[in-house]
Amino acid sequence: MPFKSTVGDYQTVATLETFGFLPPMTQDEIYDQIAYIIAQGWTPLVEHVHPSRSMSTYWSYWKLPFFGEKDLGVIVSELEACHRAYPDHHVRLVGYDAYTQSQGSCFVVFEGR
Amino acid sequence: MSKKYDAGVKEYRDTYWTPDYVPLDTDLLACFKCTGQEGVPKEEVAAAVAAESSTGTWSTVWSELLTDLDFYKGRCYRIEDVPGDKEAFYAFIAYPLDLFEEGSITNVLTSLVGNVFGFKALRHLRLEDIRFPVAFIKTCMGPPNGIAVERDRMNKYGRPLLGCTIKPKLGLSGKNYGRVVYECLRGGLDFTKDDENINSQPFQRWQNRFEFVAEAVKLAEQETGEKKGHYLNCTAATPEDMYERAEFAKELGQPIIMHDYITGGFTANTGLAKWCRKNGMLLHIHRAMHAVIDRHPKHGIHFRVLAKCLRLSGGDQLHTGTVVGKLEGDRQTTLGFIDQLRESFVPEDRSRGNFFDQDWGSMPGVFAVASGGIHVWHMPALVAIFGDDSVLQFGGGTHGHPWGSAAGAAANRVALEACVKARNAGREIEKESRDILMEAAKHSPELAIALETWKEIKFEFDTVDKLDVQ
Repeated sequence: MPFKSTVGDYQTVATLETFGFLPPMTQDEIYDQIAYIIAQGWTPLVEHVHPSRSMSTYWSYWKLPFFGEKDLGVIVSELEACHRAYPDHHVRLVGYDAYTQSQGSCFVVFEGR
Repeated sequence: MSKKYDAGVKEYRDTYWTPDYVPLDTDLLACFKCTGQEGVPKEEVAAAVAAESSTGTWSTVWSELLTDLDFYKGRCYRIEDVPGDKEAFYAFIAYPLDLFEEGSITNVLTSLVGNVFGFKALRHLRLEDIRFPVAFIKTCMGPPNGIAVERDRMNKYGRPLLGCTIKPKLGLSGKNYGRVVYECLRGGLDFTKDDENINSQPFQRWQNRFEFVAEAVKLAEQETGEKKGHYLNCTAATPEDMYERAEFAKELGQPIIMHDYITGGFTANTGLAKWCRKNGMLLHIHRAMHAVIDRHPKHGIHFRVLAKCLRLSGGDQLHTGTVVGKLEGDRQTTLGFIDQLRESFVPEDRSRGNFFDQDWGSMPGVFAVASGGIHVWHMPALVAIFGDDSVLQFGGGTHGHPWGSAAGAAANRVALEACVKARNAGREIEKESRDILMEAAKHSPELAIALETWKEIKFEFDTVDKLDVQ
C-alpha cells in the first residue's frame, strides 16, 4: 500500500482508561491478562458502575476482592456473573497489589450501555 | 586527653586517611572519583577531599582544639582503582551525621561539592554516589505524593503514563498554547507539559497561559471521560513569584505543577515540594543544567546523586533520559538511578553504577520520566526499560504526526497499550516490537501513519559517560 500523507480528521473518543484505545479483547486475550494478574501475586477484583458514573473514584465491588484466588476459571465466571447481574454497567477487572496499595492492572472487560 | 597546639601545615593524610575505620549506619557515605595532580600520592589526594569537604582547612588552627574534631571530621576509609583507568581512583569517605542540617539537601551539597571541587591538588573530581543514612532520610519530606498516590489521583493503573511537551517551545500566545494542550489531551495523552523555558515571557504571561490551559484540561476530561493534567511550570525569578503561580494553579483546580530543580535550586525545590504536600498538588520536576554537571566522566556530579537528592528534596516525577532517544544515557546506568527513584531498597551493584546499599526508609517513590527524541518505534523498548512506573513523553513524536497532535497522541496511546497488553501476555516486546506495532496499526490509521512517518529515525551515537566496568 503506497503511503499518502493526506490529512485525516481525528475524532475525540470517550474511553475508559487503560486499554481504552485497543479493540475489545477476545476471550483468550482476557485469559492472558487474568493469568498475568495471578502470576504477579496480585488479588483479582471485579468492579462495576453505571456508565453515567464512570469517572468516579469508587466503582461498586462485585462481592469482595478474590483474595488468594489462583484459579483463572473462577475469575472468568465471576466477571460473567457480574455482567449478567448488571448488564448495563461497565465491568472492570483489577489486579490489586497489597504491597503498594495500588492496582498493578485495571481494565474494562464489559462495556455497559 | 587534651592535645597540644602545634601550628603549621600537616599532611591531610595524617588526620583524614583512616583505612581501619568501619563506617557507622548513621554516617553519610560518599564515593568520589579522584584524579590528582601528578606526583601527589592517592592517600593524600583522598584525605584532602575528605578534609576540604568536612572540617579541614589547609593549615592547623588553634580553634580546632576547642572541639573534639575526631567526632566531626570526614574520613577517607577506602581507596579503589577505577577499572580501565590508570590515573583516576575511587575514594570512599564517611561523614558523621552531625555535619548536616536535618532535611537540608542544600546543606549536604554545599559541604560535599563545595570548595573541594576547585582544589588545586586535584585535576578532576567527580561525586559518583552518596549513601544517605536512614537517619538523615527520615528528616526529609521527600516526594509530596509519591507513585501510588499519583496513580490514585490521576486514575491511571497498569501502564506507564503518557505525556508530551507543547511545541514550539517558545513563541505561542496563551490561547494558541491552550489549543495544542487540548489537541494532545483529547487524542489520548494523560499529561502535557510546559517546556522548561516557558516561564512568563512577553509573548505569553503565566496567568494567561494557566487560564487557557485549565480550560483545555477541563474540556478534554469532559470529552474523553478520562483524567488529564498539564504540568504548569511555576519556576520563576523569586520564591514569591513561584508560590504565587502555584497558588493560582490550585485555584484553577489543576492537578499538577512543575519546577526546574537545578536552575531553580534545591532550597526553592524543597519549599515548593512542601507546599505541594500541604495543598494536594502533584509536582513534576525538570532537570535543566544537569548535563553541565553530570556528563563529564571525570568531573562533576553523577546524575544518580542528583536523582537521589531530588527524591529527598521532593518531586513526584523526574526526568531521567530515555536511553533510546536523542539525549545521552546508557541502559545499565539509567536502570541504576531509576531504581534509586522508585524502590524502597537498592543494593550495591557496580554493573548499574550503584556504589552502596541504599535503604530509602519510608520515602515515597518518584515516577521516572523518559523524554527527548522518542517516537512510536521506541515504544516497546521504553516499556521494557522503564516499566509501568514511568511517564513516557513524546514531543516531536506527537506534534509531528501528519494529521496533527491529536492523531499523534492517539498513535502513541495505541502503541503503548499494545505493548503493555503484549508484555502481560508473556511476549518479548523488544524482540517482537515490529510485529506488535504492525498488528496494533491494523486497528489504528493514526498509528499506521506514525509508523510510516518515523520509520528511519534513530539516534545511535556512542555514550560519552560510560560505567567504569571491564
